[in-house]
Amino acid sequence: MPLLRRTLIALSLAFVSTLSAHAADLRIGLAADVSSLDPHFVNIAPNIALSSHLFEALTSVDPNGKLQPGLAVSWKAIDPTTWEFKLRRGVKFHDGNELTADDVVFSLDRPATLTNSPGPFTSYTKPIVAKEAVDRYTVRLKTASPYGPLPLDLNSIFIVSKKAVQNATADDFNTGKAIVGTGPFKFGGFKRGEAIELVKNPQYWGEKPVWDKVTFRILTSDAPRLAALLAGDVDAIENIPTADIARLKANPKFTLAQRASWRTLFWHLDQARDITPYVTDKAGKPLAKNPLKDVRVRQALSKAINRDALVERTLEGLATPAANIVSPGILGHAEKLKPEAYDPEGAKKLLAAAGYPDGFRLTLHGPNNRYINDEQVVQTVAQLLTRVGIDAKVETLPLSAYFGKARAGEYSVALLGWGSLAGDFALRSLVGTVNPDTGWGSWNWGKYSNAKVDQLVAASLAATEPAQREQLAEEAATVALKDYAVIPLYHQYASWAVKKGIRYTPRIDEFTFAWQFKPE
Amino acid sequence: MIALVLRRLLQSALVLLVMSLLVFVAVYAIGDPIALLVDPQADQHDVARVRASLGLDAPWWAQYGYFLVAAGRGDLGQSFIHGEPAIRLVLERMPATLELASAALLIALFAGVPLGLWAGLRPNSISARLVNGLSLLGFSLPTFWVGMMLIMLFAVGLGWLPTGGRGPTEPVFGVPLSITGIAGWRHLLLPAATLALFKWSLLLRLTAGATREAMRQDYVRFARARGLSPARIVGVHVLKNILIPIVTVSGLEFGSLIAFAVVTETVFAWPGMGKLLIDSIAVLDRPVVVAYLLITVALFVAINLVVDLLYALLDPRVRFGSTA
Repeated sequence: MPLLRRTLIALSLAFVSTLSAHAADLRIGLAADVSSLDPHFVNIAPNIALSSHLFEALTSVDPNGKLQPGLAVSWKAIDPTTWEFKLRRGVKFHDGNELTADDVVFSLDRPATLTNSPGPFTSYTKPIVAKEAVDRYTVRLKTASPYGPLPLDLNSIFIVSKKAVQNATADDFNTGKAIVGTGPFKFGGFKRGEAIELVKNPQYWGEKPVWDKVTFRILTSDAPRLAALLAGDVDAIENIPTADIARLKANPKFTLAQRASWRTLFWHLDQARDITPYVTDKAGKPLAKNPLKDVRVRQALSKAINRDALVERTLEGLATPAANIVSPGILGHAEKLKPEAYDPEGAKKLLAAAGYPDGFRLTLHGPNNRYINDEQVVQTVAQLLTRVGIDAKVETLPLSAYFGKARAGEYSVALLGWGSLAGDFALRSLVGTVNPDTGWGSWNWGKYSNAKVDQLVAASLAATEPAQREQLAEEAATVALKDYAVIPLYHQYASWAVKKGIRYTPRIDEFTFAWQFKPE
Repeated sequence: MIALVLRRLLQSALVLLVMSLLVFVAVYAIGDPIALLVDPQADQHDVARVRASLGLDAPWWAQYGYFLVAAGRGDLGQSFIHGEPAIRLVLERMPATLELASAALLIALFAGVPLGLWAGLRPNSISARLVNGLSLLGFSLPTFWVGMMLIMLFAVGLGWLPTGGRGPTEPVFGVPLSITGIAGWRHLLLPAATLALFKWSLLLRLTAGATREAMRQDYVRFARARGLSPARIVGVHVLKNILIPIVTVSGLEFGSLIAFAVVTETVFAWPGMGKLLIDSIAVLDRPVVVAYLLITVALFVAINLVVDLLYALLDPRVRFGSTA
């Protein structure tokens, strides 16, 4: 008996000591794989999220999407086409060397040299036509034309150590040799597709992280990710499977962190072609003209959608109705615009006035594995349209097939979700007149074109004064949305689940950052 | 014997060629990887430049031609999203999958063959019927569901085993394996059992059937008449005869274990080739998808060849090269 008791005590002591030894460890289940540790290789969210722990950019973005100083303490436009950035002094890289203007210039040059990237960062570096390290702590960047969003763009270009990276190979990033940044965490270990370990950077210039070690586990499938949380294999997960949110909320062992994210969902409507492929009369015969070109029809579609019911029922409360294409709090969000009220009678009247008293037939297209309950959203909207006399069919596809077809302009009415930190950016890509030479309208699936909108967006992008830019961006959004360039539906929520005792500050950009987890 | 190996190699080269063409065209037809991967703010010129630098601007038959030429040199292309040689990514994940499939096969063999023998020797006993009933469950339950249930029971409910992932690895002859430590086995147990279930049922049924048949054969009667002990009859003579179909099926099924591992690896977040395949299909990373399938087909062919050769060892009646 004494032996057994002794063993038990020893065991429980061992248990307690392992607990305390790991008290400052954090394990997070990620929903997407990190494809490369090279912070300039491919511009996709999972890679950026991870790199943000190891590296920093000149500017940064707070959880609400507001621009904040990063490695630069201040910046200003010294003339309409020249931005000057003052670097933070005394910032040390993980190898002990000090950050200088040379490293910044090198890092801004590097994305353009990685030619085998499927999604390069060059759209952020391209506006810069000349870079100059004025002194050790000052960098001047010249743009071809006045460009206000440059400081925001630069929050996506991580600053790496020139010394460590200039001769580095892909393998040097996999082994961590080339991962020399200034971020709050240092490289700990990398098992591709499985886990990434980070350790605290005790020399960090900002608020020191509370976690000594952070382990990211790659759990791309929903069920295993949730199971890992429930079993205590991880302390937190991102991207909770929608169906399990209610159950987790009721579980006293976990807390949920939720907020409206930047991701706004809306319908793109084909407004360029005279005959659009998926709109016909009710017998299936082509119509004489494309009804989506008529603003009354577009408004009728918008009025026919009961956004409150959509959000409450189909989305299980995980969204908020939208009137804008960027989320509240983001530059260019026009507060004056209010979500379209549900008005089926008004929709029918508008359809009759436009010459379609009996409606028509159309097919709604959407993805089925991209946004919260996306397939059901498309089905719900189809039913709502049917109530005002439009015979709506539904076709949903996996994202891998959907985006390619949608970008090729194959659809008439197609669902898209967009996350942006600035309204003028979003408008430029989504409703700007398509122009391959300027990059405008690269996601303008409906080929909407409005000279007034283009002009306002251009003015907003050229504004180097934040207040002026904000006002122009809101005006541009108001003009475009009053013309129903697209039909906004809702801003989607982002959700994290965290073990009791730890708190997470949710971010508008959906990123999962270890330093935002704090013990309670 | 050499003729057989040569013939097999020629056949497999043909299979690989047809396979690569099918997969290439299929992934090409699904969609455009650039539309998925390129940064939303990239303009059309950037997109065109990226497409050209990855060789995606050429028509599909030209792309396939380039692929074949490179494949002839042993280069299956670079993963779009990882920026590393596809073949290396697949081979990097192979030990995890082979480890899982081997463990599953061993579980299926050691749990299936003895139970099958038992059921085959006493076909009318209650225990044999019970075993048969269990194997029916093993046949009919979907792997995905079984995996989830095991996780809910042993990992979430009881907390005995981890929910998924692979344990720490140690290099064994240069190959990173997780079965050298306790933690590795704890991680391996549930996925291997899940993957083994179907094969366990199959081997059990097969062994039971073969045993029943063998017991009725003349050599068994003569052995009894000679007064051999039942243990010797079953353990040496019957087992030797039923081993032939068991080895054949195990060998062939090992290939399908590797293929079925795709589902199990997804449920258990097991970092093997199958999970790589699923993740790569989702982002249309064609070089990796093609490399995975080519390597798997090559593995299949090699396994079949080994099975054929083993066959000859086990059954003296099978001799290669005889023209009789």
